[in-house]
Amino acid sequence: MSTDRTLIRGARPLGGDAADVLLRGGVIAEVRAGLDAEGATVVDADGLVLLPGLVDLHTHLREPGREDAETVETGTRAAALGGFTAVHAMANTDPVADTAGVVEQVWRLGQSAGHCDVRPVGAVTIGLAGQQLAELGAMADSAAAVRVFSDDGRCVSDAVLMRRALEYVKAFDGVVAQHAQEPRLTEGAQMNEGELSGRLGLRGWPAVAEEAIIARDCLLTAHVGSRLHVCHVSTAGSVEIIRWAKSKGWNVTAEVTPHHLLLTDDLAATYDPLYKVNPPLRTHADVEAVRAGLADGTIDVVATDHAPHPHEDKDCEWAAAAFGMLGLETALSVVQHTMVDAGLLTWADVADRMSRTPARIGRVSEHGRPIAAGEPANLVLYDPSASRVVEPGESASLSRNNPYTGLELPGRVVHTFLRGTPTVHEGKPA
Amino acid sequence: MKRHLLSAADLSRDDAELVLRTAEELRSLADRPIKKLPALRGRTVVNLFFEDSTRTRISFEAAAKRLSADVINFAAKGSSLSKGESLKDTALTLEAMGADAIVVRHAASGAPHRLATAGWTGSSVINAGDGTHEHPTQALLDAFTMWRHLGALDGRRVAIVGDVLHSRVARSNALLLRTLGAEVTLVAPPTLLPVGVDGWNVETSYDVDSVLPKADVVMMLRVQGERMNASYFPTVREYSRRYGLDARRMAQLQDHTIVMHPGPMVRGMEITADVADSSRSVIVEQVTNGVAVRMAVLYLLLGGSEPAGTTERDAA
Repeated sequence: MSTDRTLIRGARPLGGDAADVLLRGGVIAEVRAGLDAEGATVVDADGLVLLPGLVDLHTHLREPGREDAETVETGTRAAALGGFTAVHAMANTDPVADTAGVVEQVWRLGQSAGHCDVRPVGAVTIGLAGQQLAELGAMADSAAAVRVFSDDGRCVSDAVLMRRALEYVKAFDGVVAQHAQEPRLTEGAQMNEGELSGRLGLRGWPAVAEEAIIARDCLLTAHVGSRLHVCHVSTAGSVEIIRWAKSKGWNVTAEVTPHHLLLTDDLAATYDPLYKVNPPLRTHADVEAVRAGLADGTIDVVATDHAPHPHEDKDCEWAAAAFGMLGLETALSVVQHTMVDAGLLTWADVADRMSRTPARIGRVSEHGRPIAAGEPANLVLYDPSASRVVEPGESASLSRNNPYTGLELPGRVVHTFLRGTPTVHEGKPA
Repeated sequence: MKRHLLSAADLSRDDAELVLRTAEELRSLADRPIKKLPALRGRTVVNLFFEDSTRTRISFEAAAKRLSADVINFAAKGSSLSKGESLKDTALTLEAMGADAIVVRHAASGAPHRLATAGWTGSSVINAGDGTHEHPTQALLDAFTMWRHLGALDGRRVAIVGDVLHSRVARSNALLLRTLGAEVTLVAPPTLLPVGVDGWNVETSYDVDSVLPKADVVMMLRVQGERMNASYFPTVREYSRRYGLDARRMAQLQDHTIVMHPGPMVRGMEITADVADSSRSVIVEQVTNGVAVRMAVLYLLLGGSEPAGTTERDAA
């Protein structure tokens, strides 16, 4: 298939009226109805929704260190199949991405794989240990041009260290993405604290452990005039606190994962560690609150927190299992199901929550752009009328910890283009 | 009865009463010269203990042997939590050896549930205590003991006093006693009651002295002194003063009220020696009843085809 010129025929940009879109030389050349193919490769997109390529602010690619769970190659292939053209690779690898050397390695692995752009996230503290700032400036100045810093998986719980990190990243327009989890309140915690955790005898993970850190960090951010991004918001209280911080005009953004938009804590009653995740699945009321927060813009973006784990780390008793679940290949379907089909978001809103705004938060200039002439041809064609029963074996990920196993979800990513080059064609890796 | 016993909630009222009636039949065996039935001859029961618990293991072992089952004791110190052999591989091994029932004790809540449902083994699984979740055979033997002393449990008041938060015994007892119609009051300092206990369909109280005079049964739970270090209570002495059962408190009890403890006791902490050794105490009897109840559970789960009490002459 020629990648020089592609004519997307009859797609609905942002779910609107059908138009033809001509891609040439990696950019969008023209958008209007009734374009002539003129020898371009034609992609029949009748009825498909055309969105800017999705941008994930929160992906675990596991390389270097846990290549048994995922590699940059497999993780980005899964990302492309999910409609993503850029992902932010979290820093909790082994070695930790806390030096310019590691972030550049991850960035280069992403380039050579070529399925989507990889933007490494830098660790806030050396070894994620929460003791001493990593060389944030060196990572920012590296070829990887890191702008998002996070100790994700661990909370920067020390208030002074968090304050300094927020201050320091101002020098290069960085953002601190906080994993909000008060460590003392969550020692040994296994699931959302509530009636069910008491009955199941699984140590509770109180909502306040998340909310207290978010409240503190919002205040710190306001105090030092920096940028805070809150990872994987999971509770109704967190949404309220962020709504309040935004009403003050503070520079706070937040993300919610697809699984926190759909799944609830009662799944823990199976004791199947497939449903063990950090932060934990919460209650129906929390799910309603994060959906409402995403709809009204309190929560800015959907981020997957795609967290691959090898089979043996989930095929065991709950307490021994690893935290985390896959998300890249199902994210758009879950958002359609929970938000679009429920009338809470339009497709234009989806483009905002899953492409434009995450690109803006991560300072990824070539992604999340309008679908207009002259813009980079990072695009996804999505069929919202399709549906499928999720089969974990069909994933491009090396891991199979898919919490939607056996669920019927709507939609299907049909084509993904990275700078005009197809990375996914007819739902398969191109 | 279901094929596994993972939670006291698995038992309907009919199931629970069948276990108690069967246990009553089997208990009489303890008074006979030959304490053995052929009911489970040729069946294999594995005691899979990832946590030390000599008393529970011995109780299950005695129960299985009195039913003529072959017993394998598998003490897997080092669970997968400590990166030893995984629960799954252990289960596959036992499956390959042809276990009919696996009696499992594990530090992780839900481990027996996983063993029963993850497809690793086709054996019946009996939960012999999992983490801070449940200990259903303990609840059955407790109910059996109450039943022998008080008759039907409908409307009887049971006070369970102590570290409810970490107690699998309290969870299983609360479920089973409600199934059997008893009124349950959980008594503990607020720090040792689980969040959401309001939804358990039981009463709760922070004040042991207001609960004791109405109770028909007082069940004291073990409280580990180490909980003090996690600030669940200030000192061992303060805990004992506020929640311990001593002779002064025992004097408030009705004449027929019995005192129970699942063991092992911390004498001087939650219960004083004079109470533990008093005529109200049925603590030693609980142990005897434990064997009979576990025999009944093994017999019923492994589908002993003939009535439990009728085949002793074959054995003799």
